Amino acid sequence: MTRKHILVALVQDKPGVLNRIASTLRRRNFNIESIAVGHIEIPHLSRMTITLEGDDAKVEQVRKQLDRVVEVIRISDITYENPVEREMAMIKVKASASTRSEIIQIVDIFRANIVDVSPDSLIIVAVGNQEKVETFIELLRGFGIRELSRTGTIALPRGGAGPLTIDESKPLRHVVEHVLTEEEENLPNW
Amino acid sequence: MMKTGAEILCECLLKEGVEVVFGFPGGVLLPLYDTFPKYPELRHILVRHEQGAAHAADAYARVTGKIGVCLATSGPGATNLVTGIANAYLDSAPMLAITGQVPTFFIGKDAFQEVDITGVTIPITKYNHLVLDAAELAEYIREAIYVAQSGRPGPVLLDIPRDVLQTKTDFVFPEKVDLPGYKPKLFGHPAQIKKASDLINTVERPVIIAGRGVNVSRAFAELKELAEKSQIPVVTTFLGIGCFPESHVLSYGWLGMHGMGYANKAIHHSDLVVAIGMRFDDRATGVVSAFAPQARIIHIDIDAAEIGKNLNADVPIVGDIKNVLQVLNKQITKREHVSWLSQLDEWRAIHPATEVRDHEGLLPQYIIRQIHEVTKGDTIIVTDVGQHQMWAGQYFFYDKPNSFVSSGGLGTMGFGLPASIGAKVGAPHETVWCICGDGGFQMTVQELATMVQENLDINIAVMNNGWLGMVRQWQELIYEKRYFGTQLYNPDFVKIAEAYGIKGVKVNKKIDVRPAIEKAMAHKGPFLIEFVVEPEENVYPFVPPGKTLVEFLEMPSPSGSLKK
Repeated sequence: MTRKHILVALVQDKPGVLNRIASTLRRRNFNIESIAVGHIEIPHLSRMTITLEGDDAKVEQVRKQLDRVVEVIRISDITYENPVEREMAMIKVKASASTRSEIIQIVDIFRANIVDVSPDSLIIVAVGNQEKVETFIELLRGFGIRELSRTGTIALPRGGAGPLTIDESKPLRHVVEHVLTEEEENLPNW
Repeated sequence: MMKTGAEILCECLLKEGVEVVFGFPGGVLLPLYDTFPKYPELRHILVRHEQGAAHAADAYARVTGKIGVCLATSGPGATNLVTGIANAYLDSAPMLAITGQVPTFFIGKDAFQEVDITGVTIPITKYNHLVLDAAELAEYIREAIYVAQSGRPGPVLLDIPRDVLQTKTDFVFPEKVDLPGYKPKLFGHPAQIKKASDLINTVERPVIIAGRGVNVSRAFAELKELAEKSQIPVVTTFLGIGCFPESHVLSYGWLGMHGMGYANKAIHHSDLVVAIGMRFDDRATGVVSAFAPQARIIHIDIDAAEIGKNLNADVPIVGDIKNVLQVLNKQITKREHVSWLSQLDEWRAIHPATEVRDHEGLLPQYIIRQIHEVTKGDTIIVTDVGQHQMWAGQYFFYDKPNSFVSSGGLGTMGFGLPASIGAKVGAPHETVWCICGDGGFQMTVQELATMVQENLDINIAVMNNGWLGMVRQWQELIYEKRYFGTQLYNPDFVKIAEAYGIKGVKVNKKIDVRPAIEKAMAHKGPFLIEFVVEPEENVYPFVPPGKTLVEFLEMPSPSGSLKK
């Protein structure tokens, strides 16, 4: 079934990681709907939230391929875990003396905030899930949108430990030491 | 201890057990080439084109099981490696590509010979990095080599700017690799292994498909135990050739587009496919929706992303093959599949894909068989890509692991000649035969000079049919003989060899084949035989594209009776 999926990933904060992830998705012909990246509570780690359209099996396949990227520590598809999703939009909308009060009413209904006022426009910040933000933008469209910027979705699964929760009792850093087995040591070098 | 980046690189390579570097110098690599003489234990082999360095390192890795290292300068040197890196990526060969980069203060300014090679190679490397600080170099080298060799092996690339090679810094060899996101899964899930053994213990018509993963994991004994204990016939993939002795009574050739008819039939009629270290490549499966229609699939692979990629597995097992098979073998019971095996033998009798037919003219198949007879199979066969490659797979019998080196996944014409260099350097005491077509040979012909400079005892067989044979075959069979762009005007290959200082002979007749092969073997150093073969010979069996494995075409009769 094709639907919107939300992938969340814990990645090492190194150059090229975003590139590798985008490259893998592009190769499998996924169109990234949004991608949001930010640091988490542990130094040198970031969390990515990727939303994309796709068939369940294909998304699972690409998830496994993304998990192969060396810098990806964990990646999970939380689509079916009833996650809390939010995104933020900043909208600069035309506002004359005659339309301003109507806009403010809409802003109130959507619990959005006006963060900047100028004689002929307003900047409004709205937070909500994708559907709410889109409905809000549609309502403002009639007044004339001058600029629009959206963060893309971020999401957390509800309840206790999520798939990316770090268990502090266990060391996160998986330190590997490659020790040759005796058999490997004695391999015929032919 | 204070050392320059170039010294750190050499020290780290030696500490990692690297003995050979295939390389080609250039401006930004001069600090490194100035350092090499201080490390005589590190052998540098000068190739004639960076692509050759990559293929040689790739083949070296396949033959030795150790990492192959290639080295190129920035810009064009680095981009010339790309084909070779892609080749190693598709065939899972552990390889470290080191590229020089313009000095850090020039990066991003389109400096002379600057290319963003880490950007270019993202989709074809397991891991790559631009090293901007000499103090981090040792750590990156250790990580890169660890990643390349562990899990599912593959190529990695380190891009090192000139000033990083020159900077002096405190050198400490990192004892540990710290990669929190990299955890190859080595042991299969016990519940899945139990499911697999239950299936193996109950089915009637099982087949094992063994791929290159068996070679990589060195699970030869475990595979043999599984096959013998359960009496399961073994079919290999093209890259799995040699992982199970072809002289074994349970060996039934290899599958796929040019695989043996009986192998393809066995899979098609089986009720269980045990796929081990293979990835259901389209050349192996034919139309994938009609692959093994009656069979349940057990898929064992170390790369979780391969499970369910091309074909859904009923029992997926992610783990190192050697480990998985060791556990699995304890749980399987002794079985006999007398009627199933006799059915396979019957199919083998009616589809004798490996018989050389009686023919006046010089057949490539005959030549391959003669090489087998003269060498008694005790040689490493390195091939290029095309018709001769398929014949080398079909008409030579491989009993030794890693004795067949070929470009499977990428199908890189030009692979053969440089790969034979890597194979010979990796296995100096083995006989090496490089089998090429007249097309692919000319793609990397310059490496003849490398062979001469290093005095490598390599026997080269060029099958000259005057065509790009495999493409011509498709034009004949699928495009109604509309030949275009496939006929070759060829040089005199013996004279080419002579110009490089290599002895060679031209063979036109069957009677001269064996003496020429013997002469090549007796000669120390490189030796080239140009075989002028039947121009329009086709590779059979042939599963045309879009067909299932059992819809293979066989050699049309009566083009000659089959020699029994």
